[in-house]
Amino acid sequence: MNIPAQNQPIVVLTPEQARARRARNIALSLTIGFLAVVFYGVTLVKLGMRVGSM
Amino acid sequence: MSYASDNADALAAPARISLAEPSDFYALLKPRVMYLVILTALAGLLVAPGQMHPLLGFVSLLAIAVGAGASGALNMWYDADIDARMTRTSTRPVPAGKITAGETLAFGLILSGFSVFILGVVSNWLAAFLLAFTIGFYVLIYTMWLKRWTPQNIVIGGAAGALPPVVAYAAATGTMAIEPWVLFTIIFIWTPPHFWALALVKAAEYERAGVPMMPNAKGPDRTRTEILVYSILLAPIGVAPWLMGFASVVYGVVAIIGGGFMIAYAVNVYRVRSAELGDKAAMKLFGVSILYLFALFGLLVIERSIPILARMIGLGA
Repeated sequence: MNIPAQNQPIVVLTPEQARARRARNIALSLTIGFLAVVFYGVTLVKLGMRVGSM
Repeated sequence: MSYASDNADALAAPARISLAEPSDFYALLKPRVMYLVILTALAGLLVAPGQMHPLLGFVSLLAIAVGAGASGALNMWYDADIDARMTRTSTRPVPAGKITAGETLAFGLILSGFSVFILGVVSNWLAAFLLAFTIGFYVLIYTMWLKRWTPQNIVIGGAAGALPPVVAYAAATGTMAIEPWVLFTIIFIWTPPHFWALALVKAAEYERAGVPMMPNAKGPDRTRTEILVYSILLAPIGVAPWLMGFASVVYGVVAIIGGGFMIAYAVNVYRVRSAELGDKAAMKLFGVSILYLFALFGLLVIERSIPILARMIGLGA
């Protein structure tokens, strides 16, 4: 089957490269998720302090 | 040139695909230094009057630790040439070829900006300014200037490593006071005997790498004298938190004994000058100096945490 040129992969990763990229992506996802939870908590605390001081 | 032939060129070219693991990026943060920063900053946070909300305190501490890690990454970016020439540092991610210098620079800059911004938003902008100053001092003044220029590099540059308690105190209060500066002084005076003990053993490596550390720039005898002088200065300064009333008598006793050990091991380094035994004496002082700082700040953290924890579980006033 002929794959159109624009759909051909530019770089083919070795299994080692793919594994390292997957590990980086997982670490990045966990970091972003952690930060989302932290920012949510900080927002609640800050809002609570302002409401409490009104 | 067509898109198809572009693709063919890209396939033919040896593309540089990163093999870096998350642990390599973590190593860029100099984790062991970061742990020390967390401990000293936590002490600064806890000696502050009043009580910061635990979550805000946690995030402030995280921002200070990440800021310290970011300056470590920027140091590894700039000093990759030196790191490659020393066995102690040649396995770091940049000289080992796991992460490129450009990636390291971007990582360090992004984390620096992020940590300063988060600290400003979560606590206050005085603390954020102090964190930015700390990062800037470590990277611009110590790494780029002093380290390759003067044997006093770690004396002056040590200010950056000593600032975390001050930053944390500012995060908790939005002001300055004498207490965090006492903690700053302890770390500042502790830094030269700690690093020069290691440098005595690694003098040949520093010489090969072109870094003017005290032992290879001024000689081991002068280094031994300075180690002793700084250790004698450190002992009473370590006791100051007790004398000034913001640490308990238990801290005072530990600080006096610890200061005595620092002086005793520094005297040993001063006296024992033969190659092999001299190295052993220096490494013993290096180890004792780590224990000393961890004991002082660990004790401060513990005794300051107890009333807070007691209040949280409803035992205290």
